[in-house]
Amino acid sequence: MELLIKNGYVFDPLNGINGEKMDIAVKSGKIVEKVSKKAKVIDASGMTVMPGGVDIHSHIAGGKVNSGRMLRPEDHFRDVEKKTAVTRSGVGYSIPSTFTTGYRYARMGWTTVMDPAMPPLEAKHTHEELSDIPIIDKASYPLLGDWWFVLEYLRDGRIEECARHVAWMLKATKGYAIKIVNPGGLEAWGFGRNVHSINDPIPNFCITPREIIRGLCKVNKLLHLPHTIHLHTNNLGMPGNYLTTLETMRCVEDMYDGGKPVMHITHCQFSAFKGEDWRTFDTGAEEIAEYMNAHSHVTLDMGQVIFTDTTTMTADGPFQYTLYTLTGNKWVNHDVETETSSGIVPFQYRPKSAVHATQWSIGLELALLIKDPWKIFLTTDHPNAGPFIGYPQVIAWLMSCKAREETLKKLHPKARKKSLLPTINREFSLYDIAVVTRAGQALALGLTFKGHLGVGADADIAIYNINPEKLDPSRDYEAVIKAFGCAAYTIKGGDIVVENGEVLKHVPGATLWVNVETCKPCEMEVDEGLKRRFREYWTVEYENYPVDEHYLAISRKINVKADV
Amino acid sequence: MDKKPKLKVTLVTGRTIEQGAGKEYGKFSRKYGESVSTCYMDPEDMKKLAIRDRTNILVSTKYGSVVVKAAKSSRAPHPGIIYIPYGPWVNVLVDPETNSIGMPTLKGIPAEVEPAPDKPILSLEELLKQQFRKD
Amino acid sequence: MTVVKAVTCPVCGCLCDDIELTVRNGRIIKVKNGCAMCEAKFLSHASDHRPTKSMIRREGKLVEVSLEEAVRKAAEILVDASYPVLYGWSSTSCEATKVGIELCEEIGGVIDNTAVVCHGPSILAVQQVGIPSCTLGQVRHRADLIIYWGCDPWSAHPRHIERYTAFSEGRFEKSAWRTYINKVKALVGSKKIESAIRRLAIKSWEPAVARVEKSPSQYLSREGRKLIVVDVRRTKTAEMADYFIQVEPGKDYELFKAMRALIRDQEIEVDRVAGVPVEYLEDVVDVMVSCDFGAIFFGLGLTMGSAKLKNIEEAIRLTRDLNMRTKFIIMPMRGHFNVAGANIVSTWETGYPFAVDFSLGYPRYNPGETSVVDILLRKESDAALVIASDPVSNFPHKASEHLVQKPLIVIDAHMNVTASMADVFIPAAMVGIEAEGTAYRMDHVPIPLKKVVDPPEGVFSDEEILRLILSEVRKIKKERMEAG
Repeated sequence: MELLIKNGYVFDPLNGINGEKMDIAVKSGKIVEKVSKKAKVIDASGMTVMPGGVDIHSHIAGGKVNSGRMLRPEDHFRDVEKKTAVTRSGVGYSIPSTFTTGYRYARMGWTTVMDPAMPPLEAKHTHEELSDIPIIDKASYPLLGDWWFVLEYLRDGRIEECARHVAWMLKATKGYAIKIVNPGGLEAWGFGRNVHSINDPIPNFCITPREIIRGLCKVNKLLHLPHTIHLHTNNLGMPGNYLTTLETMRCVEDMYDGGKPVMHITHCQFSAFKGEDWRTFDTGAEEIAEYMNAHSHVTLDMGQVIFTDTTTMTADGPFQYTLYTLTGNKWVNHDVETETSSGIVPFQYRPKSAVHATQWSIGLELALLIKDPWKIFLTTDHPNAGPFIGYPQVIAWLMSCKAREETLKKLHPKARKKSLLPTINREFSLYDIAVVTRAGQALALGLTFKGHLGVGADADIAIYNINPEKLDPSRDYEAVIKAFGCAAYTIKGGDIVVENGEVLKHVPGATLWVNVETCKPCEMEVDEGLKRRFREYWTVEYENYPVDEHYLAISRKINVKADV
Repeated sequence: MDKKPKLKVTLVTGRTIEQGAGKEYGKFSRKYGESVSTCYMDPEDMKKLAIRDRTNILVSTKYGSVVVKAAKSSRAPHPGIIYIPYGPWVNVLVDPETNSIGMPTLKGIPAEVEPAPDKPILSLEELLKQQFRKD
Repeated sequence: MTVVKAVTCPVCGCLCDDIELTVRNGRIIKVKNGCAMCEAKFLSHASDHRPTKSMIRREGKLVEVSLEEAVRKAAEILVDASYPVLYGWSSTSCEATKVGIELCEEIGGVIDNTAVVCHGPSILAVQQVGIPSCTLGQVRHRADLIIYWGCDPWSAHPRHIERYTAFSEGRFEKSAWRTYINKVKALVGSKKIESAIRRLAIKSWEPAVARVEKSPSQYLSREGRKLIVVDVRRTKTAEMADYFIQVEPGKDYELFKAMRALIRDQEIEVDRVAGVPVEYLEDVVDVMVSCDFGAIFFGLGLTMGSAKLKNIEEAIRLTRDLNMRTKFIIMPMRGHFNVAGANIVSTWETGYPFAVDFSLGYPRYNPGETSVVDILLRKESDAALVIASDPVSNFPHKASEHLVQKPLIVIDAHMNVTASMADVFIPAAMVGIEAEGTAYRMDHVPIPLKKVVDPPEGVFSDEEILRLILSEVRKIKKERMEAG
């Protein structure tokens, strides 16, 4: 099928295109130079054309997400989706059901979403859900920072074996990147404990979080993975943790060779807290931004707070327990043998809470104070700081001082006083927005065929009802919210899947995964001793552990060649 | 004093490994039928009713009554508690009320036991016919 | 003759995946590593009583028909119904359940799974207070205190103790039977070591069997893993325990409350709670607080009594309280091999784990209203499809009565009690033996089910049969729409 998108204002930062009026041609799911006369024409005059949105960090599938769904029927009652002639029914709000998740991303013009926390033992579950999510392409990051094999190999300095095991694991779980959550803290949580700095020894394993982070950073390089290590810091959610974050960023400075960044710190808002305790709670955004402006080896995403009722869920078991003790809300904990942990606590962010309001401010401060938009991306750590359907609102805050002032007025006075936002008058352009919602994220992920509209890229395109020559987003931010919440068109792989916010088609999306070719086979595959160790470590058989490719509705394998 | 002795007890249902394995052999197998038409009783309670092992008894609740075989419990002592594995026989006796949560009450139901040496235990087919009469 | 290794057992929520099967001429002739239920199930695929032909009830009798005719009839029943119920799902694959949900959405019915009459109250309790839990390997590696409450794994989950808890061997905790196993291994040296151990174990451990009349201190003071059982009866599991607490029927709630009070150092002003002397209870609570990692496994003894979800809520609160002092987890002992999977798939597609009503075009959930027993008691449904389940064997008589009175479709590998009352019966392949798929263990770990042998000629999997019915339903709807 051929498609011609005519006369739109195109924002394609990876190709340096900033609002030029031009046509985009599509054939067989890809962007092409030109199409024949038979091509279907979309008249995009007066509209904004961007690559399909890319989300680097959004909890959309897997055991933890689903336990959250099961935990909270009250979350679904008020937000339902009826079955139509083409779409399945479902429920929404903070933890939407699988079908609804796909539709809602597509309605906003997002076409690629990364689920950031897959317990390897339960990887089949993550993939069953990912395959069920229609329209969008997706991938998932296996949690590897507290995996016993990693801890043992790094402790013993056997970096190459460690790398080959990580390669095996990426293949076994059909994963995309190395995820590290509160390194060492999750293993300690197995006995109800935690670690409190990157230099704390991890109980029973004679290794520190610093060594895990550095070790896996090295592994990531040896394997030439498309993305960097994807890190949720130690001490996340604790007052004063911006110091831990700075130390974490510093600890891999020497691994940077001037090329690609070597580390991604996710939902940085939760890791940029200043203060001794909750009473003296304050923003650490300035210090983090200062460091980021002086260094290029790290990328961040925001984890922007939205004032709403949501559901927090992370692999950080001890953090979720703290949240439970703070709120007294219902609490789910789920530790996974030899690998990881997780927790879930419902949470409501209120503007009249001084802490929540300051958290809101921190996210925006980070995005606005870090000068280079290619270094920090838009996320809400869905659903932790708010559901992804809040992205249009976040875009408005980034584009409009007025929008920020409106919200600032409603905040707790203490938070308003502490906020740096009144001193910042930076407003994002549509080009900046295209960077932080697609181009930058695709670049950080090493997704060469996403996030841009150059010839050969996937034909994932979003068209919004925004005329950049007429609309002033700073003043008319409500129109911005409306336009990004309801795409005029969403095109996925050359298919028109959404028109004026209405889903036209229920098509499956692909699951992306990285297939690392190592020079030597992984010891696990050939060493009977290690297979025995496997049986000791896990309660399932070696043969039943890997995710067979048939679990992926559409499998899109990305081959890389490793040094080991 | 012709009146037969009756005993007030608490009825508990549950799984047994015989019932678990029996159901895998088929619901119309003798193995399954026997395993779920048995009522395990405390020996002291059996004495009170003057019955021996493998005597037929009539168990009644507010919801129905059914003839099953009494068997000496190897899990004793548990005076006042009788135990019948899940199955079509005990279903006649349990409390269907879910108290608005979807789950009927299958454990801890007040019941009465009396000896019924002359009454037969219905076969599964007979029981279904008596209970449902599907034509 | 071939030997198939690492086969997953499709019986209980343990989903043991280390079964070895010997297959000859398309029949399983030997089962290794499994329990009695596992062995019976794998051998039953070749049973002479297996139905292989579809059937329809005519003049009161089930008569054989072609699969096409049975599918057509089933689809007509479902299209004609205004409030059909689709029930079962716990003993089939997640893949089949997904098709079932699509079918239910298409016909605007109610889909409910057997959890509603097993651990439904546990799910409702979790929805109130959450649940601190983990995968079973975590218990194997770390737990030094294991409590079975209102459940009898020996009978219902026969390998739970040896694979995941007291008798299993972990990184930080050794099997309570280690010395014993070594001794038996030297003596027996046979392949059936595990079952031999289990048989012998009970007798030799006898001195440690405690009843509540005895103070727990002498039984619970030793080093290493400890096993406590709380039940109304001295079950087989209780006989293996270091300490057995016999609770009065229906008094579990009081016991939980008392334990929570003791953990908070509150005085209890009675001598006994639920039949248990308070001083003994104090000792037990001491053991709970001072362990490194405690695990409570609970069964239908808690969910089926009159307090139902209130029991579970209190058990979970107790576990939460214990986390202030040490590490503690709690887990329901799920019965059917894929009841957890049925809940999980239903949740990711509809938001709700069971009792999902599509009659308004979107998923609605209100157990007590949209749950199958209640619908049947109110006589609201006007047709039913039962798959991989035998409700007439398990439902209170009053509920079954309405179920069998209305048109009833049954899909099952065996002629069970419900199937014998069906209007349409379609025989199915046995999932995990003759058809592959995915199931979720009681701790939510997904495990693949294998196809080891072919199903009988002309017999299809649940998933395939449901797809046939779904496409027939769509065809009929289209035909009727076109006919006006």
